[in-house]
Amino acid sequence: MSKKLRTRRHRVVLNRSSGGDMGITLLLLILGVVMFLPLYYVLIQSLKPLDELFYYPPKFYVINPTFQNFADLFNLMSESWVPFSRYIFNTVYITFMGTAGNLILGSLCAYALSKIPFPGHGFFFQLIVKSLMISSAVAGTLQFVILTKLGFMDSQWAIILPTWASTLGLYLMKQFIDANISTEMLESARLDGAGEFRTFWSIAMPLVKPAWLTLIVQSFQGLWNTGATVFIQSEELKTLNYAMSQVLSAGIVRQGAVSASTVIMLIVPIIVFIVSQSNIIETMATSGMKD
Amino acid sequence: MSKKKETVAVHNMSKAQWTWHLMKQYKAGYFMTIPFMILFFTFTVIPVFASVFVAFTDWNLLQTPNFVGFQNFITLFLNDDLFITALKNTILFAVVVGPGSYIMSFVIAWFINELDPKVRAFVTLVFYAPSLTTSAFTIFQYIFSSDAYGLVNGWLMNFGLIDAPIRFFQTEAYIFPLCIIISLWMSLNTGFLASIAGLQGVDRAQYEAAAVDGITNRWQELWYVTLPNMKETLMFSAVLSITGAFGFGGIVTSMAGDPPTGYVGYTLTHHLGEYSGARMEFGYASAISFVLFLIQIGANMAINRALSKVGK
Repeated sequence: MSKKLRTRRHRVVLNRSSGGDMGITLLLLILGVVMFLPLYYVLIQSLKPLDELFYYPPKFYVINPTFQNFADLFNLMSESWVPFSRYIFNTVYITFMGTAGNLILGSLCAYALSKIPFPGHGFFFQLIVKSLMISSAVAGTLQFVILTKLGFMDSQWAIILPTWASTLGLYLMKQFIDANISTEMLESARLDGAGEFRTFWSIAMPLVKPAWLTLIVQSFQGLWNTGATVFIQSEELKTLNYAMSQVLSAGIVRQGAVSASTVIMLIVPIIVFIVSQSNIIETMATSGMKD
Repeated sequence: MSKKKETVAVHNMSKAQWTWHLMKQYKAGYFMTIPFMILFFTFTVIPVFASVFVAFTDWNLLQTPNFVGFQNFITLFLNDDLFITALKNTILFAVVVGPGSYIMSFVIAWFINELDPKVRAFVTLVFYAPSLTTSAFTIFQYIFSSDAYGLVNGWLMNFGLIDAPIRFFQTEAYIFPLCIIISLWMSLNTGFLASIAGLQGVDRAQYEAAAVDGITNRWQELWYVTLPNMKETLMFSAVLSITGAFGFGGIVTSMAGDPPTGYVGYTLTHHLGEYSGARMEFGYASAISFVLFLIQIGANMAINRALSKVGK
């Protein structure tokens, strides 16, 4: 074996040809540019002054970047008869209430399904796994009927309550608890006289922070984007995303303001993701699904 | 642990008594799961299973439902041309977007697996960010805008390839492919992150052992070492890809309207909305949900079988 071994960061690299590495890097670069371009373009559009928005052919860069579009957007918003702050409040309220409920109910349930062998826990978990396999449209038809019958028409609870029972975050947390918390450790706490809720709160929960954060981010991403729905008719109950989408309906003159609104709606989840990325990846490491 | 107790302490209990004993012993488990389960049953389990029964009635929310047998299904398959269109489109979209997004998310995760951790975090963000957008409409309206100020039209005209701007989202030939491109663009979501984490979790010692055993290139390594080691992750992200692929109607609605021009890209989601939201024919709508439900169960069984062949 006199063949010279390739190394990378002081480790021997096995089974990698440099040609393959270059090919993959090139492909990744092209794919990355393609993925990024639409987002880049809307960012550029949001910074273009009016005359540049109507250049022919459209340009991929800004000559005189300006925040005028953002200012226009806020002026437009303040003209609506429901105060703009109301839309922001609604979105924050729905996002907070939905996320908090899903976190509390979901983590209690995930802990119990993972660590308390009560009769039926396997069946409950199977139901949750199966629910990940069907799209929301299947349950949607009769969910609408149930929410209406429960009296949640024209109420933000029609959006909040179903998210309390969303299963993805719970599933990820249960898998994370399975892999990261030993039953022995909980057993010794129980022997010391700690009740199940106490064990849950002071032993298990501090150890599953990555899964918490993942559930929060998942739930946040879904709720932040809440737009127009069939459930809410009152203008004062509607959301930021809905208000932003109304800017669009005014047509071509507001192109700049529309891209400004897209940038604002997108920047918040992106920041949240940047902050939480390493925790989310850690949670995803245990996401595997056994058949 | 529970097995041991059974033989030591309670060997003369019947099965029902034993279950009751366990239920009392672990009652905290019920207290902790029940709040979630009540909501989960109310908003997911009951609606899904009830739709199976409602599908055999003519329920319209106002009058007492009558049992109509297979009438709804007969109408769907024999007398409702739009349903057939929607069914074809839904399956076609799912067959392209499901595997497409799945393969794309795995391949990209595999490509970036060996990057330096800081670079990897940045590249992950670039590929993941599109799935965070809700305003796909706005972004792609700029790019495929129907006037000369749209990016694609502007440049095609500038190069003299076309004389007049193309109305992309009002032209039947373009709606389908464009919606597929957009949904693939937005599809690198949770399953993609799971693939990244799954690849990171494969034990390095296995690669070294495989090299000793005579694996000579990265493709063999992928097939014989990496994939078999992350089967469970593959299953998880496959499930999410399938579910995502059936939620496709939303993109068509936001890009081309509901119903889209010439019913191109009209999916079961639109048909469901038409009968439950607009016409309040919940019996008929439930029959549509039931068909959608069966298709999704079938798709999940198919992926399960396909994944059992990995690494063989």
